[in-house]
Formats: sequence, structure tokens, C-alpha cells
Amino acid sequence: MEKLTALIVPALVALSCAAAFLRGRDAYALMCGGARDGLDVLRAVFPPVLAVLVATEGMRACGLLDALTGVLEPVTRFLGIPRELAPLMLVRPLSGSAALALASELIFTHGPDSPVGRCAAVMLGSTETTFYVAAVYFGAAKIKRGRYAIPAALIADFTGFVCAALFARMFSWFNELI
Amino acid sequence: MTMSVILTLMLLGSLLYSLLSGTAPELAAGLLSGAEKAVKLAFSLAGPLCLWGGVNALLREAGALSALKRVMSPLLRLAFPSAAVLGAEEAICANVSANLLGLGNAATAPGLEAARLLAGGKSAAGAELCRFVVMNTASVQLVPATVCAVRASAGAALPFDILPAVWLTSLCALAAGLGAARIFEKLWKS
Repeated sequence: MEKLTALIVPALVALSCAAAFLRGRDAYALMCGGARDGLDVLRAVFPPVLAVLVATEGMRACGLLDALTGVLEPVTRFLGIPRELAPLMLVRPLSGSAALALASELIFTHGPDSPVGRCAAVMLGSTETTFYVAAVYFGAAKIKRGRYAIPAALIADFTGFVCAALFARMFSWFNELI
Repeated sequence: MTMSVILTLMLLGSLLYSLLSGTAPELAAGLLSGAEKAVKLAFSLAGPLCLWGGVNALLREAGALSALKRVMSPLLRLAFPSAAVLGAEEAICANVSANLLGLGNAATAPGLEAARLLAGGKSAAGAELCRFVVMNTASVQLVPATVCAVRASAGAALPFDILPAVWLTSLCALAAGLGAARIFEKLWKS
């Protein structure tokens, strides 16, 4: 398992480069152009990430974050989710960059291979900014009543949160086994 | 707008809490360290994000998107039976395939097109449009590159070893969302 997942990136980079080149495309120019797109993404994401990190660090430093996650602890414990993830779950459907900021913060503070860090990573990787996506798509389709789309999508998010905690734990145990 | 409310609540709440608990100096230091952390995060993400942008461009030109579209189209025909009549098949296919590859930018344009076609000019969302929106909010991605980039810059032993867990979680979430949509379709009054 470990060996296989370690191969994903090298294989993806090398094979996509080779495939583009063999189809007669300018692989080098594509790589550089794509890297520029990466910078654009970064530039778009940085200001909201800064705003959210400033506010969350403030909340943590004065003790408010601890008090709040303490209040929510019975719920998160019942769901089998580490208590530190409560803020991430609340913000995930609302703002993509806020969720990125919170998850990165957890991954850096607790360590990328700690239970909290792994759970945050799986949560961020397997859910979407539900309200934003629904608003954009319904807006484009000139839909006034979205009916049950948002409730159903929130059920998907909730299932994702619970499964993220479960599978993050299960797979790190599995990885240690082999 | 929602984020403005959240941000205000977070900042005002911290200020009040620090007044009550006497932790104002810690709050001041925390706010500044948050800004510093944002810069550190941006720098450590820059490299992996740019690399991933490059791989994305290569994948697109290597024909991965059109290959994936061919694989996905029979499956999607089952989920959206009226798409062929509405002419939305191509757009749905392009949207779902680009999402799978994590090509957010390439997914949006066909996604909006598909939503418009599935709506068919009505003001209330039908079953297939709801299903389409739920599929897009459940985010099934083969390689969630940004998260793995964060893991890599935080010094993970194997940044990509969360992939099996991510895939399983996405699939469970998608199944729950589609199942819920199916049940709600029968129960929803208006």
C-alpha cells in the first residue's frame, strides 16, 4: 500500500509529460504555463486564507477556540471525530479557502501523520464548498427554488465528515500493518 | 456575506472573551502570528501548487480528459436519462471528468452549461438537476492535490498515502447524497 501510493506522483508527472510529448505537444511549454496557473490559484487563495488564519489564531490564543470545541465535544465524541475538527466541519460547506486555512493549521500544528492531521486532510480532500457550488450552479440555471438539493448535499457532507474520521483511522492502522 | 458574519463573530467573540479572561496580550500576539502563518503557508504551498498546475496542463493535452469522458459517458447516461433529449450529455461528461481529475477550472464552464440545460428554463430544480448539483458538491476527486501539497510541506512521510481513505470517504458521501436526493424527491411537496 505504502509503496503504491508513493508511486502515484512520480508516475503521474512522468507519464503525463511523456504522453503529451508523444502526442506532439510542447511538453515544456505546457509545464511552464501550468505552473503559472498554479501561481494564479495561490494569488486568489492567499487573502481569504490570511483573513481566516488571523481570526482563528486570535480565537485560539485567547482561549475561545478551546472553550467552543469543549462545548461541542459530546457531539464530536459521539460521532467518533477528534474534537479539534469541529471548526473545520462548521466552515467546510461555506468557504473553500477558510476550510483550507483551518485544515492546514491543524495539519501543521498536530503533524501531518497525527490522527488529527490525517483526519483533517481526508475531510478537506473529500468534501466540497456545498453552498458556494449550489449557489453558482443554480444561479447559472436561473433556478429560484433549489428544493431538496442543499439538504441532500449537506447529508453528503455530514456522511463525509463521519467517514473521514473513520477511514483516516482505519487506513493509518492498515498502513502500519504492512 | 456569510463569511463576513463569521469573520465578525470570530473577531468580536475573541475580543470579548479575552476581556473576560484577561488574555488580551495573547490575543494580540495570536492575530499577528496568524498573519505570519498565512505567509508561511502560501510559500510552502507555492511549489506544489505550481507543479500540480503543470501536471494538469500536461494531462489535459495528453488526452486524459477525453479518455476519461469516454469511460464515464455510459455511467452518466444511467444517472441522467433525460440529458440526451436536453443536449446536456456532453457538458455533464466534461464536468464530471474534469472534477475527477481535479481540474476545477475546466469543470466549471461545462458544469454551468449542464445546469442550464438540465433546468430547461424552469424556476424550480427538477430531480436530475438536484442530482447533478449533489454530485458536484460531493467532490469525487482522484487526486486531491492541494491537501497533499499541504501534507508534503508539513513534512508528511508519504503525502499521498491518504488517497485510499479520501476515495472511500468521497464515495460514501456521494452515495449518501444521491440516496438522500432520491428519498427527498418522493417526499418534497413543492
